[in-house]
Amino acid sequence: MEFNYSEEQLALQDTLQRFISRDYDFDKRRKLSASALGYSAEAWSQFAELGLLALPFPEDFGGLGGNAVDIMLVMEQFGQGLLLEPYLSTVVTCGGLIRDAASDSMKQKLLPQIAAGTTKLSLAAYEAAGRYELSYVGCTAQETGGSWRLSGRKTVVLDGASADYFLVSARSSGKLSDRDGISLFLVPRDAKGLTVAAYPTQSGARAADLQLENVALAADALIGAPSRALPIIERAVDRAIAALCAEAVGIINALNQATLNYLKSRKQFGVAIGTFQALKHKMADMLIAAEQSRSMAIIAAVHADLQDPADRHRAIAAAKAYIGQAGRLVGQHAVQMHGGMGVVDELIVSHYFKRLTMIDLSLGDADYHLASFSDSLRPAS
Amino acid sequence: MDLKYSPQEEKFRAEVRAFFDAELPTDIRTKLQLGRRIGKDDMVRWQKILFRKGWGAVNWPLSFGGTGWDIVQQHIFEEERADACAPPQNPFSLKMLAPVMQTFGNAAQQEYFLPRILSGEDWWCQGYSEPGSGSDLASLRTSAVRQGDHYIVNGQKTWNTMGQYADWIFCLVRTSSEGRQQQGISFLLIDMKSAGITVRPIIMLDGEHEINDIFFDNVKVPVQNLIGEENKGWTYAKFLLTHERSGNAGIGACKRALKKLKEIAAEQMSNGRPLIEDSRFRDRIAQVEMELMALEITNLRVLSATAREQRALGPEVSVLKIKGSEIIQQLAELKMHALGHDALPYVREALDMAWVGNPLLSAHYRSYAPPITGQYFNQRKTTIYAGSTEIQKNIISQMILGL
Repeated sequence: MEFNYSEEQLALQDTLQRFISRDYDFDKRRKLSASALGYSAEAWSQFAELGLLALPFPEDFGGLGGNAVDIMLVMEQFGQGLLLEPYLSTVVTCGGLIRDAASDSMKQKLLPQIAAGTTKLSLAAYEAAGRYELSYVGCTAQETGGSWRLSGRKTVVLDGASADYFLVSARSSGKLSDRDGISLFLVPRDAKGLTVAAYPTQSGARAADLQLENVALAADALIGAPSRALPIIERAVDRAIAALCAEAVGIINALNQATLNYLKSRKQFGVAIGTFQALKHKMADMLIAAEQSRSMAIIAAVHADLQDPADRHRAIAAAKAYIGQAGRLVGQHAVQMHGGMGVVDELIVSHYFKRLTMIDLSLGDADYHLASFSDSLRPAS
Repeated sequence: MDLKYSPQEEKFRAEVRAFFDAELPTDIRTKLQLGRRIGKDDMVRWQKILFRKGWGAVNWPLSFGGTGWDIVQQHIFEEERADACAPPQNPFSLKMLAPVMQTFGNAAQQEYFLPRILSGEDWWCQGYSEPGSGSDLASLRTSAVRQGDHYIVNGQKTWNTMGQYADWIFCLVRTSSEGRQQQGISFLLIDMKSAGITVRPIIMLDGEHEINDIFFDNVKVPVQNLIGEENKGWTYAKFLLTHERSGNAGIGACKRALKKLKEIAAEQMSNGRPLIEDSRFRDRIAQVEMELMALEITNLRVLSATAREQRALGPEVSVLKIKGSEIIQQLAELKMHALGHDALPYVREALDMAWVGNPLLSAHYRSYAPPITGQYFNQRKTTIYAGSTEIQKNIISQMILGL
């Protein structure tokens, strides 16, 4: 067992921490969130220069050959700094999916562009009536003479506002909710018949809904085998979940630090409010939640790269459910102990709280993953 | 023991319901139904309608122009109000200031201010909290120094709900720094048009302007605007807080939110089936419904005991405040969770009635969705305001349990 980061990893962490404290304070973040783009194009270029955008890709494709633990480290800093850039969608989810499942020619085309910061992607896999079920695919894909036509809708596509390409799941055979019969396509944003309705999210980023009306795609837009894409998508989403868990851990620790500072500095009844036992115990619960969440995020990261779907998904579901619950506890306690200051826009506390809440509601909430983990419960042996 | 309403009470309920059906303006009802923003004009228009009916103040005695209704009648009215999607009335004037004025104010104050509150002419806000005095309210520092026929007020109040609309503010001010800090507080009525008052908006975490900071810079206040005696304000303040908290159970609002939650859970789909069919989610609804069933009766038990014993409300209102705020928060949270992905969009303009919708979003993004996540964020305030849950538990443990 080894619970420490390598020297290389610590150097990367240090670089990111310095970047955030120098170039990405709360005020800057607030302005970026309100801007048309919703994030910093400048930061995105810097991430490219730092190699962050090439982190998980194989060296053959100009990448750094990093793994899910490296991503965990990056995403924890994203949480700490409440970064808005579409790293999760472009690099972790879609970049990872292309790395694992796309043809060599697609990899050769897209991975270097992602690494250079010139191309961004979003996964469009969820539909309104499916809630968190990735197999619920009503969007259709019809093949005629080697090319495809897609029609349907995709809902709340994370970072979809700025994506150059979408990875769209569509049904090429079978019934709604069948695990078989789902195909995956690379759809350029300017594809004829694709409408993108973009909007801000509750945590200050951007998302989009997609409508596809007879979107024509060439055969090489297909990723993986036709009608066999669900495992590929699930693997990418599992990896994204591990990354979200790490982001949540970054936020939980930042909130705990902010709350602890407040308990020590805010005075009522002539003393620091941190001297009150009711608040001390809440703060102790938050520390426990943070430690447990970090362990869960590590479990998620270590399992995220596994190919075996059962082992991988079990760990991922447990981590997402646990961290969803822990994030709720920490977020609510942090706001409560800040009193009125916890519910104002002016302090970063409420922004951390909102992001934690949105993380829980993304890629399956705590109840959804609890059900998944519970369904795979192993008998006593 | 009988939990059934009497025939007279059922008749009363029918009368209240018929009135709401006939008199509540459709545009206001629609805003409330959809969770869109409502403004002062909507609330004042509604207050005037209630006033014309003679229902301007459901909690006041007849002698002051109230309805003289008993506890059960008030409860029925509140339940029907929330169910009909009628706006709440201004609680600061009707439920907080008025009981203080009726009990401790002089005849001139009662004759001038109470009718103006009743008719919707004056809008009041509350000047209690200060940046350094939240839970520790008695440490407040806003000063009022007597100069001839006036007090000169200096300081800052914060968290003034709807203070941007206010014609008047009732303030706790420090008139003496001698003795215990509770002994130097006075209760003062201040005209918001006075020179030296500045209102600064505070934006809340849901992006909305609901609360304010209010600054007082050498504000002249006539001495006749003092309630009761100088330096006795803490007694009136506590009396007011007890009344405020008794309204915090919010049974009507909770029942309405529960109904809404069930509607949303029936409408939102999960893997092609209505979410309400998911037993895990249904259990969560059931859990909060049980809490609410209990609180409705607890609330009525507490209020009718005080009425029967003809005594003032006591520390038991803290039980109502804690539970009511927790339940409304849980309901807001469940509504957000019911939305799933649809909880993520922040479509600020969708909170205006003028919003016609985004044609692409509207395919799945229901008309009820826009305000829901913001409401969850916003409702975190309920366990903080009017004495935080921690303060309420201190009150219960000290005043009721003697610990």
